[in-house]
Amino acid sequence: MNIMMLLEMAAATYPERVAFMDGADGSAITYQGLFDAARSRAASLTAAGCTRLAKLDVSSLATPIGLFSSAWAGMPYVPLNYRLTEAEITALLARITPAYLVTDENRQQSFSGHGDIKSVSRAHFLDDSEHAAEHKDDWSMDPDDVAVLLFTSGTTGVPKAAVLRQKHLVSYILGAVEFASADESEAALVCVPPYHIAGIAAILSSVYAGRRAVQLSNFSAEAWLELARREAITTAFVVPTMLARIVEALEGEGSANLPHLASLSYGGGKMPQRVIERAMALFPDTDFSNAYGLTETSSTIAVLGPDEHRDAAASEDATLRRRLVSVGIPLPGVDIQIRDEAGNVLGPNQRGEIYVRGEQVSGEYEGKGRLTDAEGWFPTRDAGTMDEAGYLFLEGRADDVIVRGGENLSPGEIEDVLLMHPAVADAAIVGIPDEQWGEAVAAAVVLRPGESTSESELQAWVQTRMRSSRVPKRVEVWDELPYNETGKLLRRLVKARLQ
Amino acid sequence: MAVLKTGARLKSAVCDGEVMVVSAPAADITLTCGGADMVDSATNADERAAIDPDHAVGIRIGKRYITEDGGLELLCVKSGDGGLAADGALLLQKDTKQLPKTD
Repeated sequence: MNIMMLLEMAAATYPERVAFMDGADGSAITYQGLFDAARSRAASLTAAGCTRLAKLDVSSLATPIGLFSSAWAGMPYVPLNYRLTEAEITALLARITPAYLVTDENRQQSFSGHGDIKSVSRAHFLDDSEHAAEHKDDWSMDPDDVAVLLFTSGTTGVPKAAVLRQKHLVSYILGAVEFASADESEAALVCVPPYHIAGIAAILSSVYAGRRAVQLSNFSAEAWLELARREAITTAFVVPTMLARIVEALEGEGSANLPHLASLSYGGGKMPQRVIERAMALFPDTDFSNAYGLTETSSTIAVLGPDEHRDAAASEDATLRRRLVSVGIPLPGVDIQIRDEAGNVLGPNQRGEIYVRGEQVSGEYEGKGRLTDAEGWFPTRDAGTMDEAGYLFLEGRADDVIVRGGENLSPGEIEDVLLMHPAVADAAIVGIPDEQWGEAVAAAVVLRPGESTSESELQAWVQTRMRSSRVPKRVEVWDELPYNETGKLLRRLVKARLQ
Repeated sequence: MAVLKTGARLKSAVCDGEVMVVSAPAADITLTCGGADMVDSATNADERAAIDPDHAVGIRIGKRYITEDGGLELLCVKSGDGGLAADGALLLQKDTKQLPKTD
């Protein structure tokens, strides 16, 4: 198995179709062009004598070329977060040398004297004349070859390097995407960062389906809407904070006016019910899907599909309506269980840790091995419940549980209640040390523009809707909550500031 | 007869068809395409024999083929005129459910 085989199939079936287009400058590459570029860059990678291809740059045509050429050359592809500090980047690079590094012009200069790093600029990497046209015709089909090393966001400590082997990525694509299912008019808008698992999955899915992928390297709601209209985008993936901003930007308009957008999927964090309901009203003809996945599972493992979105939104029944904030049911070939701390499998609606098993699940970190148990189950560290019908609900990170006087409280359910308050735009709940209870509930909220409220009003709001143990002991109003660039709430920063 | 390895790529000896093993049982299987044993994809084909007319249903790129019990699954990576068979029994084309787009 090798992801290059997916590109080979695509190039053989629709060679002249545009595969990728850089939204910033309009440059584009066809499927045959991408296949040929992967071959010639594989030759350069091999000749450089490096063991990894690292990429430290925004999305561009160099992103898919980098991913596939490294697969052809048989070396891991390592996309790095270009928003990290220089010190953090240097520390990550030291873990992956000797590396062939593709980066922007400015950074390339600063790496030029580094012995273990062969650095080239994006322009150099993209210039056909700088690379040999010939390379061996085949690539390794060993399913255990490492395809991608992805540094996790490190919201809880030193970044770990998740190991994704060829078999994990190929299994994910075969399970999730029908080959050549897109017709020539279909175009995907890719705005997730290239160093995020969703960015890798977007490339592979688009190639296998046969879509034209349009890249947006610096997200803003205005740029996203403009590019989606200009390129007649038919499908897109966003993280919840992106959708919230898009909805905000469309405030006051009856519809999004994106007639081509047939499907819009989202994932990577918790979607506030108000945002998805508003989005569905603004995009009445668009199919919404919620995808839940992790870096360690080669992206999506559960999906809430378009029909389920519509049924839930139209339902008067509270149980059915709540499905709108569910992450759906497992993909075919993926098994999910909820377990308690002792490892016992829990029944419907019981809160515990989410475990996952399947061909696409890696669960491996470099230097640490696989964290799966003997039966292949991987502990996600995400907390969740599953209802009687098998719909999965996320309840935050297992580590985020607040233990107040022996009672386990989930931040998510308290946040949901605060978010229903008309003045509250965003909310974060954390546990802070408390002499009497061990931990106490504390809240940071962001208010909607022009609105006001008070600590006592919000405490009363929670008091009337939940058990008294859930009422925040303290509520602070902040200008904004700390998120990382993929929309993950940085709970430890909230906690530190509230303590 | 051989135990097929997951991820291995094989090609037909009598047509253009090529497949990749998605999953396989840990047992010896005689895998044929067009009635002739499939060979390693790196093998150079000299002269091709004719396709057995009973094994000429053809395979299509991107489609998956399975044994009746589902134990063996192959992905066609190059279309061909021959039909796939395991131990003489023709493989079936797997029905795949179209899933919502997720990325």
